[in-house]
Amino acid sequence: MRVAENLNAALHDLLEDDPTAYLLGEDVLDPYGGAFKITKGLSTRFPGRVIGTPISEGALTGVAAGLALTGNTAVAEIMFGDFVTLAFDQLCNFASKSVSMYGERVPLRMVVRCPTGGGRGYGPTHSQSLQKHFIGMPGLSLYEMSPFHDNRAVFAAMLEAGEPCVFFEDKVLYTRQMGRVDPLFAVRRDGDLAVVDVRDAGERPDCVVIAPGGMAHRALGAMRSLMMEQEIVIRLLVPSRLYPLDADALLPHLTDVVVVAEESTPGGTWGSEVAHLLHARLWGRLRGPVRLVHSRDAVIPTAAHLEDEVLAGESTIHHAVREALRG
Amino acid sequence: MTETTAATDATAVPSTATGTATGATGASTGPAGPRLSRLADEDLRLLLTIRHFELKLLELYARGDLNGTTHTCLGQEYVPVALRPLLGAADHVFSNHRGHGHYLARFRDPHGLLAEIMGRQGAICGGVGGSQHIRRDRYLSTGVQGESMPVAAGVALHLKRAEPGALACVHIGDGTWGEGAVYEALNLAALWRLPLLVVVENNGVAQSTPTASQMAGTVAGRAAAFGVPHRLVVSADVNEIRMALEADVARVREGVPLVVEFVTHRLGPHSKGDDVRPAEIVRAARESDWYGRYAHDHPEHFHRFDETVRAEIQAVADEVAARPPSRGEGPCA
Repeated sequence: MRVAENLNAALHDLLEDDPTAYLLGEDVLDPYGGAFKITKGLSTRFPGRVIGTPISEGALTGVAAGLALTGNTAVAEIMFGDFVTLAFDQLCNFASKSVSMYGERVPLRMVVRCPTGGGRGYGPTHSQSLQKHFIGMPGLSLYEMSPFHDNRAVFAAMLEAGEPCVFFEDKVLYTRQMGRVDPLFAVRRDGDLAVVDVRDAGERPDCVVIAPGGMAHRALGAMRSLMMEQEIVIRLLVPSRLYPLDADALLPHLTDVVVVAEESTPGGTWGSEVAHLLHARLWGRLRGPVRLVHSRDAVIPTAAHLEDEVLAGESTIHHAVREALRG
Repeated sequence: MTETTAATDATAVPSTATGTATGATGASTGPAGPRLSRLADEDLRLLLTIRHFELKLLELYARGDLNGTTHTCLGQEYVPVALRPLLGAADHVFSNHRGHGHYLARFRDPHGLLAEIMGRQGAICGGVGGSQHIRRDRYLSTGVQGESMPVAAGVALHLKRAEPGALACVHIGDGTWGEGAVYEALNLAALWRLPLLVVVENNGVAQSTPTASQMAGTVAGRAAAFGVPHRLVVSADVNEIRMALEADVARVREGVPLVVEFVTHRLGPHSKGDDVRPAEIVRAARESDWYGRYAHDHPEHFHRFDETVRAEIQAVADEVAARPPSRGEGPCA
């Protein structure tokens, strides 16, 4: 099953199981079914609870917060995650604050979905990975879609927390298959973490790569080439919740060389947050600082050959791992 | 006492006005404006409670007894008092940075509000929210301009479906109309026929910027652009305002959103000691103040309560100031 189908099915189930659930966004109604077709069939099946909105990201996020405030479950779709900047006030100053600024906990069951990332030629304002701008807001959790995490379970976890969540969906995942990996690898779950190892490679990998869902297939590509060409054994860790990150849950799976890979531009990144958490726990036991992989400090060009030069990918990770092992 | 004026533009959206304009009247130094009708005792007490509460706050700030900042509604107290019986317990009220009057009109709880502002035990929100972030039952205030409008639209959407007949009321100011969120929400309210009542307290100044310097056109014209009815209230007469708005507020409950614009006056500074308005503007605001006018028009009634309420608020302040610090949790947490 493709990731997009899994996500679509998760939304169908959510609206089916929860009569107070709403989904709103731009162009989400049938027959269009959303710019990436993730909401296909929903408005036909749940008329009245799937709501097409004007091009008003701030307002639709505020409406979602109002619905959540009155006890409903609200899923807001931002057509391109880049546009969530227009909802920043609603997320930073209203929804996340409301959980705790009124002196008692105000549960808000609310998810803002953000199709994210490049690789599809949409250019500088439709390709970004803006996760880092939402890190560190009390009352706001960040999740990322992954081929190793069933979206039903992810949505259940996001809503159960009772505080607003932003769900980043790397657009290149939509057409990929859920859970499928090269026979060279074995995938297992440890709580929120997906752990991917090279089969029969022994207990201790040479290096651990931590990557959110959108980078997972690129990390797997690097794992394969490093294994085949260099006999370097990598373990990949993919968390579903990016923030707050349960760093302690990572520890049993780590070794003394760690790389964090993400598509963001450099500077104040999720990866640097992860690195700090690990340095605080493992300083002195790591062979060197946690190495960060990210895209170049540049806008994301539209032309495919230029976009390739900017975005972090399989070869960036491959190179970073070799550098890290070289010390 | 309701006069219907021509619509502000060629659309069929009604824009009506209530009352007679008050304000600067030549060289007069006494109270200005038409005679106010006699208030019910409880309305007068509530008006005076809000007035003396706000005056007490400024005094406490001047003495250095309060942390941070606050925004008083001096001169605008009659707005929530007039609206009070038009709103029910099922209605949601969204307040703003200048919200003490809104809270007191709904809950008559000066102790809880002062404790919130002073960070003392018994604070409504444990002292976390302070003056401009308060939530209690179906009342909620936020400190960012325009932010509550889309949230209120979402709440109104919920009410329309789950509790038909209830409405969401949002208090905003003239300055709030600079925010795009206002228009996004008005668009939704009109499109989705939401029970949304937008109360605009147009006090002629946004912090330090005169309305004429920050707003092109009019509030009425902006409401008309969305096909949303607009009601202009220039009266400060509580009874008159209620009568004039009753039918329109009832229509909001049926899914006809409404913008009610009160032409009002901010007597005090934006927050504390930051009033740079020309003296004649402040004098005009004082001359149209309901407080002086009511004392002039109904001296016996006014004086029967004024000192009593002032003393009550003094007692509230003394009692709350003596409480231990709040612990960051509301009483209901």
